[in-house]
Amino acid sequence: MMSAESRPCIASKVRLRYDRKTGRTMLLYPEKGLVLNPTAAEIAKLCTGEHSVAVIVAQLASRYGKDTTAIESEVMKFLSALAERGLLQEAN
Amino acid sequence: MSDEPRPYTLVAELTYRCPLRCSYCSNPIDWAKRKNELDTETWLRVFREAEDLGVVGLNLTGGEPILRRDLEALIAGARKLDLYTNLITSGIPLSRARLEKFRAAGLDNVQVSVQDVDAKASDRIAGLSSFEKKLEVCGWVKDLGMPLTLNVVLHRDNLDHVAETIALAERLKADRLELANTQYLGWALINRRALLPTRDQLERARAVAAEARKRLRGSMEVLFVTPDYYTDYPKSCMDGWGRRFIVVSPEGLVLPCHAAHTLPGLKFDNVREHSLGTIWSESPGFNAFRGEAWMPEPCRSCDKRGVDFGGCRCQAYHLTGDAAATDPTCMLAPTHTLIETARGEALAGEPPPLRYRSVRIAAAR
Repeated sequence: MMSAESRPCIASKVRLRYDRKTGRTMLLYPEKGLVLNPTAAEIAKLCTGEHSVAVIVAQLASRYGKDTTAIESEVMKFLSALAERGLLQEAN
Repeated sequence: MSDEPRPYTLVAELTYRCPLRCSYCSNPIDWAKRKNELDTETWLRVFREAEDLGVVGLNLTGGEPILRRDLEALIAGARKLDLYTNLITSGIPLSRARLEKFRAAGLDNVQVSVQDVDAKASDRIAGLSSFEKKLEVCGWVKDLGMPLTLNVVLHRDNLDHVAETIALAERLKADRLELANTQYLGWALINRRALLPTRDQLERARAVAAEARKRLRGSMEVLFVTPDYYTDYPKSCMDGWGRRFIVVSPEGLVLPCHAAHTLPGLKFDNVREHSLGTIWSESPGFNAFRGEAWMPEPCRSCDKRGVDFGGCRCQAYHLTGDAAATDPTCMLAPTHTLIETARGEALAGEPPPLRYRSVRIAAAR
């Protein structure tokens, strides 16, 4: 389970890529790809195994000038969706 | 995602040569006549032109792509373009040292196929002693820290082994398991009577796969591709003709799917003569079944026409003789009895022996 202390890391089968046709970030994995919205892309790029969920939330909150609680639920929702698809691993 | 045609995936069939002789091979029956393979430079140009068109993913396949001596160079070229590159292989013949070179060149994912869960059964389908070697290759992939997809093509002789297949994938620490039921085209259509499962078999296997998908969620992706012979509506073949995929055959023909050149009367162009961009937008073969204008009834007025795009054009042709017909696997198709008859045959007695992919049959057709 993902918690504030977890340090999520994009799974080894995943690669983020700039899509020059749309200007969006794509999350690619075997036979599939997700087109990320700008916030999701920011979160995904921070999933390097270095940052805890709490740090990711704080970074986004300061960037968008929003309350951390609102951002936290959005971040958790996105990370859980990635984890369910096996697109995330937790760094130890 | 917009509805405009935009290719996301390039399927590069690097060669039709293969040491295996699987009786459901999707290569054309006359593969052996098609010998004039593209060279390294041309493939690299094709990759560049594909990326220009919006392609982000590359499947390196065949035949057996590792028979190409320039595979390392092709992977490196793809990586330079930031393409997500997936090697689709039997693992034969591969050494650990060469796999390390593929990794160093930037390969993203390795997909290895096995034909069943034990050597005897797997080798019977492959027509070559290869099972143990494949497992060794899977081990190397994981040892080298690369993501592994295990692919098993399902049919009546291995569909009852789905639980064991899942256990094998877990043992190999596969990141992804593709349980892909046979598509009855090419060699598989020749062998349909010997390969098509019964509905009971299929339902049992589907339930096992569904349970495993739930249990393994987050650690291994379990895919179960239902055979369209047992669905009410056809599959959305290639996500629609000329919409999301470009297939380039070993000799450079640019196709909407890997079997499109088996359809008579369609003109497909070659990358030796035109750029990929020109072919994508102007090739008459690519435009033949784009959009909805070509559709007959009941497709034309069907509310699912934007979901399945009328199904598979190759299946329509090879079963009905008309590439523009509604895919007979659709229960609304006027020719659906063809599918019901095939299902009936699956219930009747001992199937005939398998016919292996070979040069001899290829030459005879």
